[in-house]
Amino acid sequence: MTNIHSTAAQMSDALSAGTITSVELTEQHLDQITKVDKQVHAFLHVDRENALAQARDVDAKRKSGQKLSALAGVPLALKDVLAQKGVPTTCGSKMLEGWRPPYDSTVVAKLKQAGVVILGKTNMDEFAMGSSTENSAYGPTHNPWDLTRIPGGSGGGSAAALASFEAPLAIGTDTGGSIRQPAAVTGTVGVKPTYGAVSRYGLVAFSSSLDQAGPCARTVLDTALLHEVIAGYDQMDSTSINAPVPQVVAAAKKLDVKGLKIGVVKELSGQGYQSGVLQRFNEALDELVKAGAEIVEVSCPNFEYALAAYYLIAPSEASSNLARFDSMRYGLRVGDDGKASAEEVMNLTRHEGFGAEVKRRIILGTYALSSGYYDAYYGSAQKVRTLLIRDYQAAFAKADVLVSPTCPTTAFKLGENVDNPVAMYLNDIATIPVNMAGIGAMSLPCGLAPEDGLPVGFQIMSPAMKDDLMYQVGGTLEAALVNKWGKTLLSDIPVLAGK
Amino acid sequence: MTLTYDQAVIKYEPTLGLEVHVELNTKSKMFCGCATEFGAEPNTQTCPICLGLPGALPVVNGRAIESSILIGLALNCQIAPFSRFARKNYFYPDMPKNFQTSQYDEPICVNGYLDVEIDTDEGKMPFRVEIERVHMEEDTGKSLHVGGETGRIHGADYSLLDYNRAGIPLVEIVTKIIPGAKKYAPQVARAYVTELRDILRSLGVSDVKMEQGSMRCDVNLSLALAGSGALGTRSETKNVNSLRSVERAVIGEVIRQSNRLETGERIIQETRHFLEESGQTRPGRSKEQAEDYRYFPEPDLVPVVPDTAWIETLRGQLPERPSARRKRLQAEWSVPDKEMDSLVNSELLDVVEETISLGAEPARARSWWLGEVSRLANEREVAPTSLITAASVAEVIVLIESGELTDKLARQVIEGVIAGEGSAKEVIEKRGLKVVSDDGALMKAIESAIAASPDTAQRVRSGNIPAAGALIGAVMKSTGGQADAAKVRELLLKHLGQG
Amino acid sequence: MAGISRDEVAHLARLARIEMSDSELDHLATQLDSILVAVASVQEVAQADVSPTSHPLPLTNVTREDVVRPSLSSEEALSGAPAQVEDRFKVPQILGEE
Ligand SMILES: [Zn+2]
Repeated sequence: MTNIHSTAAQMSDALSAGTITSVELTEQHLDQITKVDKQVHAFLHVDRENALAQARDVDAKRKSGQKLSALAGVPLALKDVLAQKGVPTTCGSKMLEGWRPPYDSTVVAKLKQAGVVILGKTNMDEFAMGSSTENSAYGPTHNPWDLTRIPGGSGGGSAAALASFEAPLAIGTDTGGSIRQPAAVTGTVGVKPTYGAVSRYGLVAFSSSLDQAGPCARTVLDTALLHEVIAGYDQMDSTSINAPVPQVVAAAKKLDVKGLKIGVVKELSGQGYQSGVLQRFNEALDELVKAGAEIVEVSCPNFEYALAAYYLIAPSEASSNLARFDSMRYGLRVGDDGKASAEEVMNLTRHEGFGAEVKRRIILGTYALSSGYYDAYYGSAQKVRTLLIRDYQAAFAKADVLVSPTCPTTAFKLGENVDNPVAMYLNDIATIPVNMAGIGAMSLPCGLAPEDGLPVGFQIMSPAMKDDLMYQVGGTLEAALVNKWGKTLLSDIPVLAGK
Repeated sequence: MTLTYDQAVIKYEPTLGLEVHVELNTKSKMFCGCATEFGAEPNTQTCPICLGLPGALPVVNGRAIESSILIGLALNCQIAPFSRFARKNYFYPDMPKNFQTSQYDEPICVNGYLDVEIDTDEGKMPFRVEIERVHMEEDTGKSLHVGGETGRIHGADYSLLDYNRAGIPLVEIVTKIIPGAKKYAPQVARAYVTELRDILRSLGVSDVKMEQGSMRCDVNLSLALAGSGALGTRSETKNVNSLRSVERAVIGEVIRQSNRLETGERIIQETRHFLEESGQTRPGRSKEQAEDYRYFPEPDLVPVVPDTAWIETLRGQLPERPSARRKRLQAEWSVPDKEMDSLVNSELLDVVEETISLGAEPARARSWWLGEVSRLANEREVAPTSLITAASVAEVIVLIESGELTDKLARQVIEGVIAGEGSAKEVIEKRGLKVVSDDGALMKAIESAIAASPDTAQRVRSGNIPAAGALIGAVMKSTGGQADAAKVRELLLKHLGQG
Repeated sequence: MAGISRDEVAHLARLARIEMSDSELDHLATQLDSILVAVASVQEVAQADVSPTSHPLPLTNVTREDVVRPSLSSEEALSGAPAQVEDRFKVPQILGEE
């Protein structure tokens, strides 16, 4: 029987077979949101009316015999960083409270075109800056595995919505790990496609040269199905790839890695990595070997500089991207008493409207770009970027895909790192090099850490524009692990009491 | 004692620098598809991109790039093999993103020159102005200031913003410093801006209307003691909006700066405003410290890398250089300098050339456009070319040349065409303006005239040829002016035995 | 290079148009100090012979045709405006320029 615990692929089949309607399916998920979201706080805005209207529309089309896309009628949770016409889009910031975009992002337009039902907007770290959703102006999201822990960030809302069965599909965005790290700590699957594979038009920019939207779900196949809906060339994004989308659904179904070389990145393990994380990671490698893959060790010596370079480039671009939030045209306005000047109102609004982390990064970025420091900071960081790309080129010469744990640790406690930015930033050590080089990467669950019973993420990185490879390896590994466990990881998640 | 201009330029040598901003005449904006037409209702030519809405992304207008390359080629520049946009970061309410997308250290064209001609005591002399760079950028919105006592921004109660102009493509053409102009600096500045305007017009890339702001000039000027070889501190006079003002601004700054130097004061590097009424400049509001624009490569756009084939195709589209064309036409038509100047100044060169190409004799084409048509246009306060086409004028002139119209009739035809009575042929038909050239009809009129004034006729017969004038006048009168006076004269004299 | 003073942070806050109290400036200066120490390592490997990468994909010459596309209506354009007068955005008085 199809219910909220089914996969998106199963829901799709049931909808096609007529054993359930999209309205029924949508209502089940809306009910679950009503039941558990007070505890999880995955959603910032639940768009009940529009979701049901969309579902009715798909049902009517199906009834009239129209040909529909695979995911037509399946519900989805949308990260609140993507513009959706007429629907509140806050980016987790007070700055944009109540703002309703007059346009659709390309991702949303494609979802609507495919008949995917958008349930609402999910919580996130303000302007996607963070690894815990604690930087949301609207309060943190809680990890469904343990409500006292972080769900990851910045896309913690999307990942938590999946893990708490509020939605079978979600959209995330990943600048330094914001899709993969939440997936890892919630036991779900998250994919950051190759930079340029999914249009950024309508994605509120954090760091333009690093941002990438991608699919999130509970299985590799479901992410692949969603990937094919949202990817593709877009004339509205100058950095969009003008090439056919790799056949990721077929790759996810292949369940075969014989002859593939899998490179373990030496620098992304060892010191700083939790022992249970490494244990589960190594067990997963064994499964891949059993499935016929060859494991090789690769070295990426410049990865140790990736985090530093990232924390210069991303804030620099952000300082410029976030300049537009000045209260003149939209969003919050503070201090306009008829006497204050525009400049004073801008100053007051940005003081009030931005949270501490956003301000910290804007100031850091302003510093790194300012005259006298540009070469030493921004310029040097861009050179590191070149070195990281070279490291990947060398590594991909030896291996078809590269793997690592997605994060050094399992989910930490809410509040643990709030005022220690450097410690917080270390969470992204394994995910950041991917964004810096613009390649694709996936996180899928590889077990629960023995010491705390929390999910561990397994990261697969594939060369640019060869996103199908990570789906092939991910699909195979997932099947092997589920076979080994005799169940899915999420079947062990504590049942939320509900209210 | 106050130095006059003539005294100042004996003691001091001026060094010029000119920055010209030109609005391109593309149909759509620089980075979005909004229309560029003037005069639209406020904020009706805006979209998420040019309003800087969160999530929107720019895509470069290909025609703007081609126009910029054409300008570079016409100015003998090198077209950069690799050029990029950068963000110039500063806050201003008329700038929606709070950064201007511009070009910084990687402009599209560099190192050109423009040869101009100036009038000197020794006659016309050539002068080479070297071009530093040609780069692309975008215009800002327009603010309207409401309240306050002076109407200037300071003291305004609030401001109103219209973003229709935000994102209009601009090209900035910057000269290298121009030494050696000496006392002719004002002429050099004017000749350069004039020649530049003519070139841009001939390229068809801009309306180049200085009075409407589609071309604006900033004049940089510094003085150094004659013969010292030193370079003084410069002032930058903004938005000088006519050719005459360019000349006057240079004179005004030479006088102001030289008199400061005479009294031992320093020249401050500052922005100044040109005052149309007095020809002087006054200081702009100085900023407390130099702006730090934190330029960095625009991550939402990709580099412009023009290949040789593209550049050569564009080079093939370059029209004849306006000054060369003027020289050629002047020789072809054998026009005196003064008349050529008035043709150029009254902007009738193109239409006269067209009229001649349609079969009109050059001297007649010039005199009809400069004379009758210009007179009628002046009466109506419109441009001559808006009244009548080259084709109509050419048709009339051809009829004059073939004797089918007299000058007097031709004026009536032109009036009729302008009044909308149809083509020249139709006006002639409707108004019955054909020259009476039928010998029989004319002879009848001549005989009547002789019969009416037998004494006069007798004087002509006896050799007093000038006396024929009265008889010719009578014939012309009786034919309602439609007779060809020369023909009448010929027939009359023959009839009276003087032919 | 590391070591950032409160005055410097105040200057950056002005550039970034963010009002900050003295205590915020102090707190931020301390935090930025530790961040800058952590990120300064990029200078160790940024040799002169390494070219900078500003973009992960080697794309060039992406342009659009010069074709007019529909704009927003002025109602849509102004739909998020904190204040407006007729069809214009109303903003506080702008100082410092003509
Ligand atoms: Zn626009």
